[in-house]
Amino acid sequence: MNLFRRLSNSFDHGVHPRHHKEQTEHLAIQRLPFGKRFVIPLGQHIGAPAKAIVQAGDTVKRGQMVAEPGGFVSVALHSPVTGRVTDIGPERYADGTFREAIVIEADQYDTQQMDVNPIDWESLSIEDFINEVQKAGIVGMGGAAFPCHVKYAIPDGQKIRYLLINGAECEPYLTNDHRQMVEQTDALLYGAEIVRQKLGAEEIVIGVERNKPDAIKALQDAIKPGQPARVMPLEVKYPQGAEKMLIKSVFDIEVPAGKLPRDVEVAVNNVGTIIAIADYFQTGKPLIERVVTVSGPGVSYPANLIVPLGTPIREVLDYAGGLTEETRQVVLGGPMMGASIADLDAPMLKGSSGVLALTEHETGRPQEYNCIRCGRCVEACPYFLNPARFARLAKSRMYEEMAETYNVMDCVECGCCTYSCPSGIPIVQHIRTAKDHLRSMKGKVK
Amino acid sequence: MTQRDPKLLIQPGPQLRQQMTTPVVMRDVWYALAPATLAGVWFFGMGALLVLLTCIAAAVLTEWCFSPEEKRRYFLGDGSAILTGWLLGLTLPPALPLWMAFIGGAVAIGMGKTIWGGMGGNLFNPALVGRAFLLATFPIAMTTWTSPGDFFTIPASVFAMPLMHGVVDTVTQASPLGLMKFEHTSTGFIDLLFGNTSGSLGETSGLLLILGGLYLWWRRDLDWRIPVGILATAMAFSLVLFMMDSGKYPGPIFTALSGGMMLGAIFMATDPVTSPLTPRGTWIFAVGIGLLVVLIRVFGGFPEGMMYAILLMNATTPLIDRYTQPRVFGRGLDTK
Repeated sequence: MNLFRRLSNSFDHGVHPRHHKEQTEHLAIQRLPFGKRFVIPLGQHIGAPAKAIVQAGDTVKRGQMVAEPGGFVSVALHSPVTGRVTDIGPERYADGTFREAIVIEADQYDTQQMDVNPIDWESLSIEDFINEVQKAGIVGMGGAAFPCHVKYAIPDGQKIRYLLINGAECEPYLTNDHRQMVEQTDALLYGAEIVRQKLGAEEIVIGVERNKPDAIKALQDAIKPGQPARVMPLEVKYPQGAEKMLIKSVFDIEVPAGKLPRDVEVAVNNVGTIIAIADYFQTGKPLIERVVTVSGPGVSYPANLIVPLGTPIREVLDYAGGLTEETRQVVLGGPMMGASIADLDAPMLKGSSGVLALTEHETGRPQEYNCIRCGRCVEACPYFLNPARFARLAKSRMYEEMAETYNVMDCVECGCCTYSCPSGIPIVQHIRTAKDHLRSMKGKVK
Repeated sequence: MTQRDPKLLIQPGPQLRQQMTTPVVMRDVWYALAPATLAGVWFFGMGALLVLLTCIAAAVLTEWCFSPEEKRRYFLGDGSAILTGWLLGLTLPPALPLWMAFIGGAVAIGMGKTIWGGMGGNLFNPALVGRAFLLATFPIAMTTWTSPGDFFTIPASVFAMPLMHGVVDTVTQASPLGLMKFEHTSTGFIDLLFGNTSGSLGETSGLLLILGGLYLWWRRDLDWRIPVGILATAMAFSLVLFMMDSGKYPGPIFTALSGGMMLGAIFMATDPVTSPLTPRGTWIFAVGIGLLVVLIRVFGGFPEGMMYAILLMNATTPLIDRYTQPRVFGRGLDTK
């Protein structure tokens, strides 16, 4: 089994959902026209929220910093348009809550040119480089929105041998990374080279699932002789793009539980993140827009779009022809780990890789039956946990046993167990409940 | 929200689900059992069909009686009660009085499943619990095997009434396993393979049962490790015995094809509820059954041991599960 997995470049377990990428994988990236009103939530990344440095009434330029990092694990925010700050206060967030945000009204008569300059990255020290990345507001663009520069702060005594670029894009429907690899190949390799040199890594490895042959070919053609970079085609399987799964697939290394990729001398970055870094150092443009896949059976004209951050989700959907009558659910991100959207007027965020409109066919839930212990979840879990046991223990609220005997805290909530369950048990939800409970208990003990 | 928005649903991910549901799994097992069942009915006649239908009716009726009214639709809708009755029917002698079959079906669901908390909670295979009950209660009727006969002739014993001594008018014939155990006579492999021997309704045609198993494996409803493990172990063990004394002990092929071996290995032991969850545990479970079957058959008091072998290993399932947890990703590594 292991030999077979090695030969096909993959990790063990996982699931094979239909990838549905045919709707958008051959569509060139288009630019979404600027709207009128942009909402920039201050806490849209993991870590401390950013601190606003503008006030209501201020005029701002496109690309101008409007909020500074609120700590080390935090990034800056920039205005996506030239316009005027109208308000700083609670605004609708994608999950239905209200969060502190900066509201910017676009200047309808401005040309939206940016007044920015390239940055000479070669002369920067590693500390300055980390500061620049933080100042550029760059976070992991795969969905988690983890501040990117934190990964580059390598403690003394550790080194990075490989820069691993995550082009797996294992979530069904999404093709934003795919199109960027095809259309912005040079920017990707340039950005990768910047990060590789700054981290002192020996080699760049780009992991791409085999269902993107054009991206694999484009990258292989674009790698210059002498550049220490290679493309690694990977088996099409979910969650191939999960950081630790990807490291296992590419290098056959298991990152120990509770450790980070850097502990095995690897740094992992998403394709979109690397291109954002390349853009910043090549032109000076901070992270003010991102590529988003708008897809699913609920939109008439699926597309890959460059979306200015802070644009309402509704405008993105309208550009794709609006929602059809059959739409039951709109998801921000991929259909496996993304979240349902409560309000279409919520803004697009740095971590929003896709907007998917799903119909009854995809979102219908089967009747929940008792667990028949078929073991499909056990054979799906890429972490080799025992989801069936979790579901049963969680129903009896035996959270401590879940943590102590069955390592529930190792779960990354990829959703393979729930996906594969024939009894329709929302296993991953039980796990989330348990983890939340355990975290809050831990807080009380301290 | 404006008027033109469709009503949006908020639900936790993953949004996508695979299409296989428990009722579909159960229905797959029906399809897999159908050929062997039809063959059994063809060989043993209408009487056997009546026994089978009585078991299913009793199982469904019991499930209906014991399920809460609001959940009845789902409890019955998953199709598992029909399957339990069906599997029980396949393990019974074809000329068993119907009232006994009815009790068997009721016990299978009532004592095999409902008192454990219903679907998924039971420790032992419900169909085999029903059969074990019948074997302990009606030992003579349960070991009266008829030879395959005319399709339309229904043995009178089928309609025997409770507490009456029915006139046994059928052509009784020892099962291949009985012949082997008490007379050391083997039965032809071809007859065993196609099912033209005496025995219970479903345990006769090895070939059709294997076909059903292959279908389930192809549909990914079946853990292939269990039948493979059981058959390999039982055959290897009996080969060792056979080489020690070929006159006294059955050969490996006879072991694999006779009695309830195929039915048990493919359809009973693989019941997910009562077999281990973990891949390693599944192997232990299968090997345990394989060893026990041959031990009981060769050295025990009964000619057939499949039922007790499975029930015994069912009892060890929670223990096996506990000690065969797979190594969690990123744990238990040699840390530098």
